[in-house]
Amino acid sequence: MSSAAETIAADFDAIDEPLETQMTLSMGPQHPSTHGVLRLDLRLDGELVVKAIPDIGYLHTGMEKLFEYKKYQQGIVITDRMDYLNPLGNNLAYVMAAEKLLQLEIPERAQVVRVLMCELQRIASHMVWLGTHCLDIGAMSVFFYCFRQREKILNLIEAASGGRMTPSYFRIGGLMMDLPAGFDRRVRQFMDDFPEAMDTFNTLVTGNRIWQSRTKDIGYISKEDAISWGLTGPCLRASGVDLDLRRDNPYTGYETYDFDIPVETGGDVWARFMVRMRELEESYKIVRQALERLKPGPIKADAPKVVLPDRDDMRKHMDSLIHHFLIVAEGFNVPPGEVYHAIEASKGELGVYMKSNGGPKPERVHFRGPSFVNLSALPIMSEGEMVADVVAIIGSLDIVLGEIDR
Amino acid sequence: MTEKLHEFVETLKSANPEWVGDVKDALGEVTVTVPREHIFAACEFLRDSLGFDMLADLCGGDRGPEEDPRFEVNYHLFSTTHHKRLRLKVLLSEDDPKVESVVPLWKTADWHERETYDLVGVVFENHPDLRRILLPSDFDGHALRKDYPLRGYEPYSMN
Repeated sequence: MSSAAETIAADFDAIDEPLETQMTLSMGPQHPSTHGVLRLDLRLDGELVVKAIPDIGYLHTGMEKLFEYKKYQQGIVITDRMDYLNPLGNNLAYVMAAEKLLQLEIPERAQVVRVLMCELQRIASHMVWLGTHCLDIGAMSVFFYCFRQREKILNLIEAASGGRMTPSYFRIGGLMMDLPAGFDRRVRQFMDDFPEAMDTFNTLVTGNRIWQSRTKDIGYISKEDAISWGLTGPCLRASGVDLDLRRDNPYTGYETYDFDIPVETGGDVWARFMVRMRELEESYKIVRQALERLKPGPIKADAPKVVLPDRDDMRKHMDSLIHHFLIVAEGFNVPPGEVYHAIEASKGELGVYMKSNGGPKPERVHFRGPSFVNLSALPIMSEGEMVADVVAIIGSLDIVLGEIDR
Repeated sequence: MTEKLHEFVETLKSANPEWVGDVKDALGEVTVTVPREHIFAACEFLRDSLGFDMLADLCGGDRGPEEDPRFEVNYHLFSTTHHKRLRLKVLLSEDDPKVESVVPLWKTADWHERETYDLVGVVFENHPDLRRILLPSDFDGHALRKDYPLRGYEPYSMN
């Protein structure tokens, strides 16, 4: 027998003893529970995961390169496509970084609207998380209840900005346009119905014993590991670290709102679930407060060289027309400098590093996506767990591949 | 607003003056340029003695082919206790874009460094698994370099 034949024969012997060997399973990139195009290389010992290696990049579209070729105001549109479940959060992080470079003062009403819209978006994002997380584990019907609520929020966002998933509503210096008439009434209507929906979710999921046994003590990560792996947002708070950038690095006036930061110490899938469920109630509180604060006023900063003028002004004033032409045709120059601005997006710390060289286009824009960092901790959460639990762990991380691959 | 950060920089400087190069305070953020051979030691000191226990972000950048040093790596440190942010910057020349990896200090640096290697071409020494992460493994060139074209499949060449 030749040596090649001997190796093949040896391999066959190994297959005859399946319990003695480890198997490599390629999960994804088209697996529905990977929330996009994520591939996992799982090394399995029976049903136990020995090693998990995430493989990303299937959705890479070179957005960071594209920013360098677009004017500052054109970049906002790209950010919508990153974390497509939380586009207003991405808009906010990007425009605030640019505003920091330009040192703009944002009027009160614009700030309140930003908080209002971001918290609505956070609820919508958590609705998708809850729906898909339950769907992954096998609870089909929750998905429909969640998407019904999300649909209402998307309608609100559409009413304000014209886009459901790609709003580009926040602009450098303020808002695209003011809220439509009767918007606060529509938000109140949604808010009045929402507690009932929360009760439905709690009845369907939280108190469900199957749900609890599928999530408790699964995918554990300790406090020290969570910090070392850079987890942020609900994943970090579920490991017992009391950190929320809305309170600890406040922006757009979050320090003036009254809300609690839910913290759990379990560090498992159940803890991450509970943190997000309680966060929904906190967002609800913030939206209520923001609605109370909506007072008429300017929605754009007083910076004619940066902010597009009103249509009416353009018809009456020559200089407004010139500014409009210059902003659209050439853009505006941003003073040289570099900033890192981080906000608490629905999934964690969304940071934008922006470097300007004085021209109308940024020299470098880098997004620190919370999904990217949270996913990198998947191996240590899933090693030692069962294959079926990996699906639960991915769901509890709440990742969006559009942001990971950028 | 940045007094506390300047205190940290002074402590860093008193621990080892060689660690701190240029210190810049702009737009409420403090940037410390660290010589590349000292980045690991400076990070370790900041993490263990000054409470910067989280590496919020690590990103590379290309300052342009005509610049020298051409590349930079930014470390955005964050503290989960006192909630301050500090940026460390390492400048690297085009001929030798190498810097020591900080993965032993923060596990999160693993993917950030792979991304920086992939897109900018900075090599992190002692990194446990320095492979491309976003682009395919047989990709040629580094896409975020300024001389890499926005469109087209071949790296830009002067010839």
